[in-house]
Order: sequence, then structure tokens, then C-alpha cells
Amino acid sequence: MSSTELGLPALPAKPYPPEVEARLAADARELISRYPQSRSALLPLLHLVQAEDGCVTPTGIRFCAEQLDLTTAEVTAVATFYTMYRRRPAGEYHVGVCTNTLCAVLGGDQIFDELSEHLGIANNRTTEDGSVSIERIECNAACDYAPVVMVNWEFFDNQTPQSAKQLVDQLRAGQEVHPTRGAKLCSFKETSRILAGFADGRPGAVDESGAGGAPSLAGLRLAKGEALPGTPGAKVVSPRHEGTEA
Amino acid sequence: MTSAEPAEKLLSPVLSASWDDHRPWTLETYRRHGGYDGLRAALAMAPDDVIALVKDAGLRGRGGAGFPTGMKWQFIPQNDGKPHYLVVNADESEPGTCKDIPLLFANPHSLIEGMVIASYAIRCEHAFVYLRGEVVPVLRRLQAAVAEAYEAGYLGKDIQGSGTNLDITVHAGAGAYICGEETALLDSLEGRRGQPRLRPPFPAIAGLYACPTVVNNVESIASVPPILARGKDWFKSLGTEKSPGFTLYSLSGHVTNPGQYEAPLGITLRQLLEITGGVRAGHRLKFWTPGGSSTPMFTEEHLDVPLDYEGVGAAGSMLGTKALQVFDETTCVVRAVTRWTEFYAHESCGKCTPCREGTYWLVQLLKRIEAGQGHSGDLEKLLDIADNINGKSFCALGDGAASPIVSSLQHFRAEYEQHIDEHRCPFDPAASTVWAGRASVHESATEREVHA
Repeated sequence: MSSTELGLPALPAKPYPPEVEARLAADARELISRYPQSRSALLPLLHLVQAEDGCVTPTGIRFCAEQLDLTTAEVTAVATFYTMYRRRPAGEYHVGVCTNTLCAVLGGDQIFDELSEHLGIANNRTTEDGSVSIERIECNAACDYAPVVMVNWEFFDNQTPQSAKQLVDQLRAGQEVHPTRGAKLCSFKETSRILAGFADGRPGAVDESGAGGAPSLAGLRLAKGEALPGTPGAKVVSPRHEGTEA
Repeated sequence: MTSAEPAEKLLSPVLSASWDDHRPWTLETYRRHGGYDGLRAALAMAPDDVIALVKDAGLRGRGGAGFPTGMKWQFIPQNDGKPHYLVVNADESEPGTCKDIPLLFANPHSLIEGMVIASYAIRCEHAFVYLRGEVVPVLRRLQAAVAEAYEAGYLGKDIQGSGTNLDITVHAGAGAYICGEETALLDSLEGRRGQPRLRPPFPAIAGLYACPTVVNNVESIASVPPILARGKDWFKSLGTEKSPGFTLYSLSGHVTNPGQYEAPLGITLRQLLEITGGVRAGHRLKFWTPGGSSTPMFTEEHLDVPLDYEGVGAAGSMLGTKALQVFDETTCVVRAVTRWTEFYAHESCGKCTPCREGTYWLVQLLKRIEAGQGHSGDLEKLLDIADNINGKSFCALGDGAASPIVSSLQHFRAEYEQHIDEHRCPFDPAASTVWAGRASVHESATEREVHA
């Protein structure tokens, strides 16, 4: 009988290979230095090990515990509390479909169902080739762009079932994909490194995609006298670029 | 439809004023719009005078509770020999709420300037931004803006020659709604499970690392620099007597033009709908939330409620985060409430029994009703469980979970009964989608999908 069948506790996790350990330890020192107390760096460190492995592994947990002088049980308790820390590897592109009430009603439910069928995978699973994983996500603070899809936590606003399926097809075909708000997609692991607290080093990444879409600017434009779409009665007081002091 | 007031009189862009300018997230553009003028004014004052000014201006918390910001600052004990901390709550996760994320994406410097001013006032030398993790584009710009501010001498040692120091750490969360609760946020920032703490002691006395701590919402802090730059009288000239100032109203759902509308406090949903094109064409309003899913829902009869702290409170709900989620007559209220309840069950931290167990059982009952398998007596059971959560939970998450259930049963009990009596949901979910009525979902995007 194997130990699993006997229900014996798992053996202590293996450490990272020495060269990986040394590289991550240098990153960990940098992150820990940003806080008055070292334990505050635990969430960043968990993002860091996820950037290495695509999920939080027993080895990653051991690493975090050693860096912060905690037990692996203490680290595991934290890692399992937060939904962004994955226990199974995410795909290279992790696709989240908002199915909280507003997005769901506006079409998020249909988007998720069609996407799941299109990819042949269920919630929180990854395609066999490891390219795409999908997840039903909670409200992502973009309700004025509903229905919303996130890929590696960049915004793909105003989606339809068709646009979402096209999006994952492009991702699987290795095509370059740009979010409506955010920078050109990088891999899930690279994204996790930004989340750990290391700036995205790609030139121009910060500036990509402007200040926001039409919903973000709707109020400002209206206040400046522009008419909003679908409002025939809207009064145009001082159109932009005509230099009036509204 | 004609509006009594033209749009430009009803709206007051302050925080959003620079969003249509060239690269508004940069220090250069922010400065061109008067950025960091408020800080200069603050540094010329004594810290206590800054606190008094913000208190006198009447700025109230924009994160949901509406507590006076200046008073929170005043609670910090001075000369106590302990480090003080400012923690900005950027965990925006309340369903329907979408104001802080666009604000930080378009203009992160408005938050940083506010943080420097607040830190100067409460004598804090290390401040934190706790940003929810699921918004990488915002994290990227916040990290870049902090780096820019260091380079320009707005952060670091001896800020602008004033002798004061401040470091800012941008901290990404990892997916937990409960971390928007200020004491859970502090536990999370200390590297623990995000579970709320017993109060008292309040964070002002024993917050981060058991030191005096102010926790403020992004929009609250970003509203501080304009008060310093333009004065409290200007601020009080906007809004209502007890709810002065401007704020971001986030309109979403079945409306012609969803988006961010910055207006003086006290505007009504009727006014907002009139100037923005109303509910989507061919449909009528059914129910809406004034401030996210945790605030009791409203109906058509509440269209003229002034959207300020007092007005919404007097009408039986809460201003919350001013997340105006609008649903039209195609929406099944049972489906909407079931989904929100699943959210609360998913996000319940498990610390206290009423919330952990109650939300679980609410979901079981609601799913059964939605599927047409409800029993007579289920509605009383729902209300009974909601009553056992509301006010009896450890933190406000439980109260929030009860809100949609109690309010929807108050306004739409007949619809719940219909699900039970007819053994089915009478609604077609396809009719509620954005693409309902289009020949196919392949049809080209409507104007609401056009990005600037």
C-alpha cells in the first residue's frame, strides 16, 4: 500500500535547486526590505513563487517559510485563504470571466458557458496543452464595461461570447493580443512577478491603452458639453477642441 | 426627456478633470493640472491645521461608511513615541463598485499627493497602498507613479525641503473581498489570512503592527489635494450641508451610457439617467443599488432620492460606494440576489458562525427557489436566516449579505412566490444580455463598446 492510501502526511517538500533558490532569495530580500516587519512580505513572496511555478507548490511554501522564519503550516494557512494563489498550475494565459450578478446578467454567464464548451474544460481547469485556464471570477471593478473578461489580470472590456472565443483562439495560436485596458499580454508567470512587486520592465508597458475607455470618460465629456451616444436630446454646449471655457 | 438642469451644471469633474488629457497618469500632465499644489499648501501649514482644514471641509469617507476623514486623522495620538501608519484601501471589490480602479488607472498621482498630505498631517513616515491583485494595469501605473514621485522629490527624505520624510509601499493583494474590511486588510498586510479584528481597539490606536493607523479609501485620499489647493469654502459650496463636496458616481448595467459621472453629492438617479440617455432603449427600470450589492436595493419609487449620505440613509439604504447598478424589467430579481448571495458565501472569511453558516444556507435556499423547486415557507426561512446574520456577524460582510435578500423580498416578494408557485423561473436570461435583440452576437459592437 502506498503512503497516500494509508493517509500518511506528505513528506517534507524538496527545496528549489540551488541556483533557483539563490535567485529567488535575492528577490525575497528586496521584497522583505520594503516592510517594517518581514512577515508583511508573505503575500508578495507567494506571488513570487507562483511566478516561478505557475502555482503555489509545496516547494514554494517551504521557500516562503524559510525566508520569513515561519512554519510551512503558517504559510499554507495564508496561501489557501486567497483565491489568486493557485493549487494547480494556471495556463500560460489565465482567463477569468466575471459572473458576479451584473456581468452575469449582462451576458457573463453565457460567455463563460460558451467558452468552457469551446475549450472543453470546466471552471478552474487548464487545457491539455497548458495554454489556457478558465475561472469564474467575482466582481473585478469594471462594471461600467460589462461583461468583462480578464486575461492574466488585464482588462478585456465589453465582451461577447464570440469575441471571447476569438480571444482564446488567438491566445492558443500564439498571436499577439492587446487588452482594452492594460499592456500587451505577458505570460501568467510574468504577470505574477509584477504582482510580487517587481515593475514591468517592458518599454512602453505603462503607457499602453490610454487613460480608459468611453465609460471612464463619459462624465467628463458630458460636463464639457459633448453629447453621449444614443442621447439625441443631449445638449452640446462646448464641443471639445473649440477652446471654450466650460 | 428634458432635464431641468443641463448636464454641465449637474456634473463637477474634479478628480476626473484631467482624464482626457495626454497621458494623464504622468507627473508632467498632473502638474499641468495643478498637481502637487495642494501639497505645497499643506507643507506651509502646521500638521494639526491640515487635519482641522480637512475636518472643517466636511470630507467624508468615500469607501462606503462615510466616516468624516478629518476626524479619523484626529484620532491618531500624537507624541506617543510610536510609528504612525497610513494605509490606503484600494481593495475595491464591492459588487458594482468601479470608481477607484479607473481613477488610479487614469491618474495615480492624485492618490500619491493625497497620501503625502495625509501622512504629513498624522506624522507618518511609511504609508501603504493595499491594491487588490486582480488589476495589473493599475498596479503597473501605480508602481510607475510612485517611482516618478520619488524622483521628483515628492517622496523620500526631506520632501520639497520641508524636513518631512515619507516612503510608500505598493502592496498587491491576492483575491479576497474581505480585505476591503479595514481590520481584515491590516491582518492581510501583516502577512496573515485576511480576517477582521475585534474592535476596540480601533486602528487609530492599534492598527498596523499594533501602531496608530489611519485606513482611508482611495477616493477619500484623492479628494484631499483639491481641498488644500482650493480651500474648504469651495469644497463646501458643492454638495449638501451634511454631505459636502464632489464624488464619483459609477453608473452600470442596463443603461444607455454606463460610466463614471463626477457630481456634487446629492444628485438623484433620475437626474443622472436624464442627462446620460436613460435606461437602455425600449426598457424600463426595475431595481438598482445606490452603493453596491451590500446596500439595500431601490426601485423606481426611489429615483428622486438625493444620493448623499443622509438622503439614501433616510430612504432605508446606504450611499455606500455610489455604485449605481441598474437592472431593467428583463432581469430576474431572484437570479440577481442568488448570485450576490453566492458571492458573500464565497467571500465569507469563516471567522464567525452566523456569516459562515448563514450565507451557505441562504445559497441552498435561493438556488432551490430559482430552479423552481422552492417550498412554501422558504421565504420566511430566508428572512429568518438573514435576520440571524444581520447585526450578529463579526463584521459588515454579514450585514451586506442580508441586505439584498431583505430588500428584494420587501419590493419583489410576488416574484419569489411566482418562482415557487409556478415551479420555474419566469424570465429568459437571454433577454437581459447586452446583445439581446441584435440579429446575432456576431453583429458589430454598439457605441457602448467603442473605446476611446
